[in-house]
Amino acid sequence: MARARRIPDDLARQQADQPAGEVAHFGADEPLVLDAGISLAPFQIAYRTYGTLNAERSNAILVCHALTGDQHVASQNPVTGKSGWWDIMIGPGKPIDTDRYFVICTNVLGGCMGTTGPASTDPATGQPYGLSLPLITIPDMVRAQAMLVKRLGIDTLFSVVGGSMGGMQVLQWAAQYRDAVFSAMPIATAARHSAQNIAFHEVGRQAIMADPEWRGGRYLAEGTRPSAGLAVARMAAHITYLSDAALHRKFGRRFQDRDAPTFSFDADFQVESYLRYQGEAFVERFDANSYLYVTRAMDYFDIAADHGGSLARAFAGTRTRFCVVSFTSDWLFPTADSRQVVHALNAAGASVSFAEITSDKGHDAFLLDAPELFAITRGFLDSAARARGIA
Amino acid sequence: MTSDRTMAAVPGPIRADYLVVSRLIEPGSRVLDVGCGDGALLKLLRDEKGVDGRGIELSREGVNRCVAEGLAVIQGDADTDLAFYPDNAFDVVILSQTIQATRAPRVVLEHMLRIGRQAIVSFPNFGHWRLRYQLVTRGRMPTSENLPYHWYDTPNIHFCTIRDFVDLVRDIDAAIDHSTALDASGRQVRVNAPWWFWNLFGEQAVFKLSRGG
Repeated sequence: MARARRIPDDLARQQADQPAGEVAHFGADEPLVLDAGISLAPFQIAYRTYGTLNAERSNAILVCHALTGDQHVASQNPVTGKSGWWDIMIGPGKPIDTDRYFVICTNVLGGCMGTTGPASTDPATGQPYGLSLPLITIPDMVRAQAMLVKRLGIDTLFSVVGGSMGGMQVLQWAAQYRDAVFSAMPIATAARHSAQNIAFHEVGRQAIMADPEWRGGRYLAEGTRPSAGLAVARMAAHITYLSDAALHRKFGRRFQDRDAPTFSFDADFQVESYLRYQGEAFVERFDANSYLYVTRAMDYFDIAADHGGSLARAFAGTRTRFCVVSFTSDWLFPTADSRQVVHALNAAGASVSFAEITSDKGHDAFLLDAPELFAITRGFLDSAARARGIA
Repeated sequence: MTSDRTMAAVPGPIRADYLVVSRLIEPGSRVLDVGCGDGALLKLLRDEKGVDGRGIELSREGVNRCVAEGLAVIQGDADTDLAFYPDNAFDVVILSQTIQATRAPRVVLEHMLRIGRQAIVSFPNFGHWRLRYQLVTRGRMPTSENLPYHWYDTPNIHFCTIRDFVDLVRDIDAAIDHSTALDASGRQVRVNAPWWFWNLFGEQAVFKLSRGG
């Protein structure tokens, strides 16, 4: 069985307070009022930028990351050493062209890569927040991003782009800061988290909390790690990012380094070995409490509920140009979820494009080599750039 | 809503019915093209008339091509998705060479006139003499260059003739603001001819409709 490359624990740990890349600090005079009703101050946002902001400050694109992503969207990850998670999409000459646009990516609030989250040190106690951090919502994440964008001197984002939970942030931006969003690309996402998705998240959270090393959330202070629980959470979640067809194509019923079953609970099948590897690799880089907070933020997400039950009302009168994208084999955020967004945008009279891309790779398709997604992204941004007067 | 336009990947001369439709559109209008195929008409209207154009297309290939061209097009179905648009959202709603592929043409037409102040519909005329001749002499479902499908694989499930269409327009109390019939070579059939003449010699027709008979 393949083993995850061992990453020294303190490498991931130190990112929580002292991340690679840029950090914006917000002091007691700039509190973030959370949906939970609590003011968070001080707090910090870790982010990366690529490309150059033009003189008119009109070419900024905010890229929003998914559940376990981070701000290192197009540069080497300081923990894993791997290239950026959307390197294939963002860079010079790529669909999100950094020769042309100024790209910003922040670590979300509640994350563990430098933006304030449960693994960050609480300045009041000198100890990690753990569960003493108030619960975070997607609107909270977006409010924090908006504070950063304002500090960077940008009034209007040329575009907000993201997939999965990143797409939720895109929709929230468009609903909450409509005049500050010229165009928006919500990809493989939904305007509310489904019961099935909440259920999957609950399985993951229970796996973490059932690990005795979790210590009621105080594992960082007590020097333990709920690695087994977090690995199981990741394994279960990882299945939802793929598809039956993709798993079958990749592994089928093939055995791992053996010709016959061992009549044991060892990882006989390649698919088991693969999932174990995914779980082990994940715990090296991700904080278990962060996983609890960020999954919870997704569960609470329901834009329509915040607008009297009407999704169309959330977008009424919007002038933002939208490009909604889904993938045929994505059963975590199926096309029906995207179509619901599109119908609401149509009802709101918005300018909207919607493409469903054929892929058997499941939810993860948006992160992979998807030429159609690249062509659509390039075309949509080109046409929006013409309308915005960006050279 | 799958139209023959989605097959035409190679840019060629602009289709005759598109030119007729384009002439019927006021510059700067808000336009919805239902069944917009590869977006050729939307592009023509954007470039020539400066319209604020949107599209709906059933085929994924067509949609992806449109969006990559920067057109605001959604993947969708005339039969199910028009219901989600509010009243008076557009100046004109266009349905070109697609009504015969819808499941409920009457409902689609009613939605078009609800969503838009005006509707433009172009369709192949099944009353054209060549099709009548084929049916009479060969006793088989007619095919033509524009209608190349067999009966069992055609997306076109609701063919009509020009006279049938005019009857439907009357049934839904719409007014005909303009009508044109084009012959097989894309030329206009004699303008002041009676319906029966158009119905025989028009290979396709373009109608501009508005609410209220």
